[in-house]
Amino acid sequence: MPVTNVLLCGVGGQGVLLAGEVLALVAAEEKAEVKQTEVHGVAQRGGSVVSHLRFGEGVYSPIVRTGEADILLAFERLEAVRYGHYVKRGGLILINDVEIMPGQIGEYKPYPTGIMEFLSGKGLRLQLIPAAAEAKALGNIRVSSLILLGVLSVYLDLSPKAWDAVIRRRIPERLLEVNLKAFQTGVELGRSRAEAAVAEG
Amino acid sequence: MTLTSPDRRMLMAGNTAIARGAYEAGVYFASGYPGTPSTEILENIAHYPEIRSQWAANEKVAFDEAMGVALSGKRALCSMKYVGLNVASDSFMVFPFAGTLGGFVVISADDPGMYSSQNEQDNRYLARMAQVPMIEPSDPQEAKDYVKLAFELSEMFSTPVLYRTSMRVSHSKGIVSLGERGENTNERRFVKDVPNWVVPIFAKALRAKLDAKMERLTAFAESYPFNRLEEGRSEIGIITSGASYTYAKELFPEASFLKLALTNPLPRQKISDFCARHEVVYVIEELEPFLEEQIRAWGITNIVGKERLPRSGEYNPDILAQALLGEQAVDDFTSEFDLIARPPQLCPGCPHRGAYLALKKAGVLVTGDIGCYTLGALPPLGAMHTSFCMGSSIGHAFGFELGGMDKVVAVMGDSTFIHGGIPSLIDVVYNGGNTTTVILDNRTTGMTGHQEHPATGMTLQGEEAPRLDLVALIRAIGVKHVQVADPFRQKEMFQAVQEALQHEGPSVILTNRPCIFARGEKDRPKTPYVIREDKCTQCGACQRLGCPGVLPGKEPRIDEVVCTGCSLCAQACKFDAIVLKGVV
Ligand code: SF4
Ligand code: SF4
Repeated sequence: MPVTNVLLCGVGGQGVLLAGEVLALVAAEEKAEVKQTEVHGVAQRGGSVVSHLRFGEGVYSPIVRTGEADILLAFERLEAVRYGHYVKRGGLILINDVEIMPGQIGEYKPYPTGIMEFLSGKGLRLQLIPAAAEAKALGNIRVSSLILLGVLSVYLDLSPKAWDAVIRRRIPERLLEVNLKAFQTGVELGRSRAEAAVAEG
Repeated sequence: MTLTSPDRRMLMAGNTAIARGAYEAGVYFASGYPGTPSTEILENIAHYPEIRSQWAANEKVAFDEAMGVALSGKRALCSMKYVGLNVASDSFMVFPFAGTLGGFVVISADDPGMYSSQNEQDNRYLARMAQVPMIEPSDPQEAKDYVKLAFELSEMFSTPVLYRTSMRVSHSKGIVSLGERGENTNERRFVKDVPNWVVPIFAKALRAKLDAKMERLTAFAESYPFNRLEEGRSEIGIITSGASYTYAKELFPEASFLKLALTNPLPRQKISDFCARHEVVYVIEELEPFLEEQIRAWGITNIVGKERLPRSGEYNPDILAQALLGEQAVDDFTSEFDLIARPPQLCPGCPHRGAYLALKKAGVLVTGDIGCYTLGALPPLGAMHTSFCMGSSIGHAFGFELGGMDKVVAVMGDSTFIHGGIPSLIDVVYNGGNTTTVILDNRTTGMTGHQEHPATGMTLQGEEAPRLDLVALIRAIGVKHVQVADPFRQKEMFQAVQEALQHEGPSVILTNRPCIFARGEKDRPKTPYVIREDKCTQCGACQRLGCPGVLPGKEPRIDEVVCTGCSLCAQACKFDAIVLKGVV
């Protein structure tokens, strides 16, 4: 089995690290070799965070090489650009449709535009995921992460059973139902997107 | 978390695995001081009731306590970040002269790449300097297993052992097979024996003994099975240890490896033979040429090291592939895009902000220290002007004063003050200084993730402990002008600074607002502030506080989700445009 390289990135406080942990636990349910790590500066609210996950055969290093990620899940638009060069040619970026303005010191810069065009110009496949809107529809804005993980799960060789088991273990009882629902919403969203992409060729 | 059932596989971070290793090794006592990337070791050990574990006031105290336990014949561990070992080095350098009775392991967590540190320091040299064996794991499984190896070596040779981990090993996760807790069968106990335990008087004789011990250890290292030979099929040999091993293993699947677990003392014969059997040998080690220089000193010439590999920064597979395989770097197209950085900032509602605003207004030179409050040096606050290491700011301020500088104020956090600031304050009083110190007492150890300390009145396990009264302590030191001030009331805070500066003699101000993540603070209901568009003149004053709650842009807005309602921006607004939500 070849090695699968996944990157999760976003802004501190968005739940990237928790999502990374859930993903690693799911991989550990079924894969013999799993390595995960976070590479970023002083952990802080509002900073850029990234979580690397690798599983498959012959995995030693926890660090995903640049140009080798099969899939990047970006919790925020700008962060998709920051880590875009980790994705291999023709690789997939799932982008949460959220903009978080960086706290700025110095001269004010507006939030950049043209992110999708820039990335697709680099030969990367993109999927914009309206996780925040879907989460709102489910009545809890905090379940965005599980929606995103649901979408991601469509593209990974990890069984629904493993996802279910880990979510049940990791999410507190009172939030479990809405999170399971969120995950399922993500799965369905991911499936329809994947089918549409195939149809488009 | 209960992890007591055997034969289980678990996904674990390196530091969690080290804690598990301590449990399985039958460790009796563990101590430490928080510091990235070591903090989670003790936090996880705290989950095992079989091990008595505690935060110490600083690393030297942690070391000395563990040393006492080990001299009582029991297995003891202390854990710290690499600069913490500088603090504990006084004891660390002398302990080997006497040696230990029970197993003793000191963990140093290095930070190549300085992700969360003030310098880049290769602590492997300290093992050589202290003449102690050093163990280095490369992944979570080894992180657990090697704790036991370290204790076995310690008892076998009656010596303290340095266990060196790094950011990558400590903070990476992998699948770990668990074992059971082993009972400690060591029966040696302390007996009064002055020539062995009163080191200064008998140091000469002990020095000879230590040299002999190192010779025995060197011979032992030759056949140590955990200095592992992995025969490959190519002409390339690789000598490595730690996280670098995991990168090299994937890049050079055909090469032979000499993977060192024991990196001090080195097995000279084994390494010489390995080098003789290969055309070229890459010595892959992060930071300094610690292995390389020793190997070269033996006259071995077919090795490649720092002439191709960097001497600073953390390694990763890309760096190794470029340096050793001549691969081209992947096009980092991020430079083509106008990416806005996300610089670290003090949190919304951080009480340090209030203290810095007052200090900035007073126009003083501020000597700083290590903690979240180091961020006060960055714009837009820019209110702290030096920072070097733990506990230095008071000594520095006094020094500036002696050097003829005017209006100097030291800032230091509560945990840092207990760690290393108290002696400096005593010195200011003793030597007739005039220094003003602001203790940023936020009732936690913030930077490392909110650990307890003596002045929080809670233990590592979150149980109540006698609370150190900082005000009484500072008075007892002899500071006459001691004032407690509220950093969220700018007038009060500023006035406190002015009064302290005017006071003849040493003065101390303690701020009294807890960290937004301190115990009890996190769940306290908070009412955010909002900006009234009808009154806002878009002057931008509220945006110059560096609060992430005040969003950037021409028309400032407050992010109600993160605003804690500290009111500092409202106080900064001259047009009364910022009001509590719901109060118009
Ligand atoms: S009141 Fe103002 S300064 Fe304080 S946290 Fe809220 S937005 Fe930030
Ligand atoms: S300080 Fe007051 S007037 Fe100035 S921009 Fe902020 S809210 Fe508007």
